[in-house]
Amino acid sequence: MTNLTQTQVRERIEKRLASRHRKEKMFRGMGIASIAFGVLAVVILFSDIISKGSGAFVQTAIELEVHYDAQVLGIDKVDDESLAWANFSGVIREALRERFPSVTGRSDKRELYSLVSSGAPFTLRDRLAANPQLLGKSEKVWFAADDDVDTFVKSLKDSKEGFRGRTSEQKAGWIEQLLDSGELKKRFNTTFFTNGDSREPEQAGIRAALMGSLFTLLVTLALSFPIGVAAAIYLEEYAPKNRWTDLIEVNINNLAAVPSIVFGLLGLAIFINFFELPRSAPLVGGLVLTLMTLPTIIISSRVALKAVPPSIREAAMGMGASRMQVVFHHVLPLAMPGMLTGAIIGMAQALGETAPLLMIGMVAFIVDVPGGVTDPATVLPVQIFLWADSPERAFVERTSAAIMVLLSVLILMNASAVMLRKKLERRW
Amino acid sequence: MSTMTLDAAGHAEAVQSELTGEKMAISQAAVRKTVGQPFSDTAKLRMRNVNVFYGETQAIHNVSLDIGRNEVVAMIGPSGCGKSTFLRCLNRMNDTIEGCRVDGELSLDGDPIYGPKVDVVPLRARVGMVFQKPNPFPKSIYENVAYGPKIHGIASRRADLDEIVENSLRRAGLWDEVKDRLDKPGTGLSGGQQQRLCIARAIAVSPEVILMDEPCSALDPIATARIEELIDELRENYTIAIVTHSMQQAARVSQRTAYFHLGHLVEVNDTETVFTNPEHELTEAYITGRFG
Repeated sequence: MTNLTQTQVRERIEKRLASRHRKEKMFRGMGIASIAFGVLAVVILFSDIISKGSGAFVQTAIELEVHYDAQVLGIDKVDDESLAWANFSGVIREALRERFPSVTGRSDKRELYSLVSSGAPFTLRDRLAANPQLLGKSEKVWFAADDDVDTFVKSLKDSKEGFRGRTSEQKAGWIEQLLDSGELKKRFNTTFFTNGDSREPEQAGIRAALMGSLFTLLVTLALSFPIGVAAAIYLEEYAPKNRWTDLIEVNINNLAAVPSIVFGLLGLAIFINFFELPRSAPLVGGLVLTLMTLPTIIISSRVALKAVPPSIREAAMGMGASRMQVVFHHVLPLAMPGMLTGAIIGMAQALGETAPLLMIGMVAFIVDVPGGVTDPATVLPVQIFLWADSPERAFVERTSAAIMVLLSVLILMNASAVMLRKKLERRW
Repeated sequence: MSTMTLDAAGHAEAVQSELTGEKMAISQAAVRKTVGQPFSDTAKLRMRNVNVFYGETQAIHNVSLDIGRNEVVAMIGPSGCGKSTFLRCLNRMNDTIEGCRVDGELSLDGDPIYGPKVDVVPLRARVGMVFQKPNPFPKSIYENVAYGPKIHGIASRRADLDEIVENSLRRAGLWDEVKDRLDKPGTGLSGGQQQRLCIARAIAVSPEVILMDEPCSALDPIATARIEELIDELRENYTIAIVTHSMQQAARVSQRTAYFHLGHLVEVNDTETVFTNPEHELTEAYITGRFG
């Protein structure tokens, strides 16, 4: 290297300046492009799901004047037994025949009856059970329309033709008639939020899956958070650094990368076959997801513990605090926000997990809303999978609607995590 | 470095020669033997033949020293000479360091500091510590000072606790500055105030000894002067061992000064003697600024 004069040095610097700036700009441009790509993907995903799924929040309903005729119902008093026996479909059929008196012939009548949902008799039963003096009287009731009708009416929106599908010319005529007289309307779909799964799309709801997810997550949280935090504290604060702890660390990291289906198989073999816990139960689902979430929580908790400045530990120890006091009075409060973030990420992961739950029977068709952790249940992502697999066209929008609900729950969880963090951090 | 040969035994000597030239070269034996007066008649802390190892490397070689009652002993020496390591043996803060081993006899008023039956919790209540970087807890000023009395169960009633907090803050010379904002976070104070808060926190449990590890190295001259004044006042009630990089500080606050060099205790003498008429060439070289 020859000695350079200051001017020479400056010249050399300036010569490379342009290319340095260009590289800088390119790097920034690449960053912006990556973010734009991500945002675009999210926008496309969300707009697709929302445009497909928003229809599921309304349901076509038909208003009929029904007469609770004791003779047609075949009962003389209202009690549990007679309600179970009563012929409510007869009443609805009569109401339909009255509304369209011109319809005669077997097949035409059958087609007429298919205007309303096959769940309509249950609507009627519930009304009568709640109000026994209705027996022998008449009232106007809104019934959910059959899913073919629903699909047809919803598709009418833009083109007069609409998606006919299995709906015949004749049926379409009736529908238009009802539509014109205001006896057929799109109403808010409460069924979607109050019912469990059903083969009939108009009766299918996400409540069972939502409750199943809730119970499963409760079990997961109740087990994985304390176990994960305790393991992290031991490894970080107590355990000597030797070959055994290294081995444990490697294995925990490995566990985080094990495919989730393997945890499902493990759950099937151990929790169901060996311990004979009930199948399809949120308890088993929660246990399996605990195994899956533990590594995430342990790793993030250890990172949070490591991030606590050692000066705080020294200060507390210098005051004569015992190890446990150091951890619980000083380290844990400071590490808590980070631990909670890890836990919420783990929970969000668990909420979206499908594969391991298939193995333990949470993929079953379950109509009843579970009331506890041992009741058979399914979870939201599995419900989405089941509906996506169903042939009825009305399930398409319900699938998207269920995805919307799942995403809302996720957003809610993540938002609460951020808020919780902010709140905890402000204390210090 | 041209003609020098390095071997394990002559390590200290070799480094020494490198730093101060052939003339300063001294024998290994001369380093090992502490000159001056390392012992005291009124010893509060008694250390005999202390060796400290970090894994394979030995950080402290055969150090014997007494720290007398109500005495301030300053420990000086170049970086990495083991003075902080030695200080941290006195309340067993080295326990937390992986692979650190201490042997030798250390006792506080005749009670052993190390040993299978010794509980570090009461020991650390008797031997308080102030660290290099002010490290108040991220809690309120009140909580900071009240923490020690709370965990040791010294005071449980609020009124007693209030009194301890006020007295400690007064003795640390911080009361007037913080009395109106005791519930504000201790981390919101200035560096000097934080360090005084740490001193208040340490004296709140009425320790017998206070260890100070370069307490002023992160502070400005005014805050440093306040802490030094404070050390002088605290001497009435406490025994203090202070590690410092500032020779002026050692000269101002201490009665005796110990000079450490590469893990050896080279000289202990009255502070005045050390700074005006050191016995050992190494001490002289250090205080006159020829190395360190």
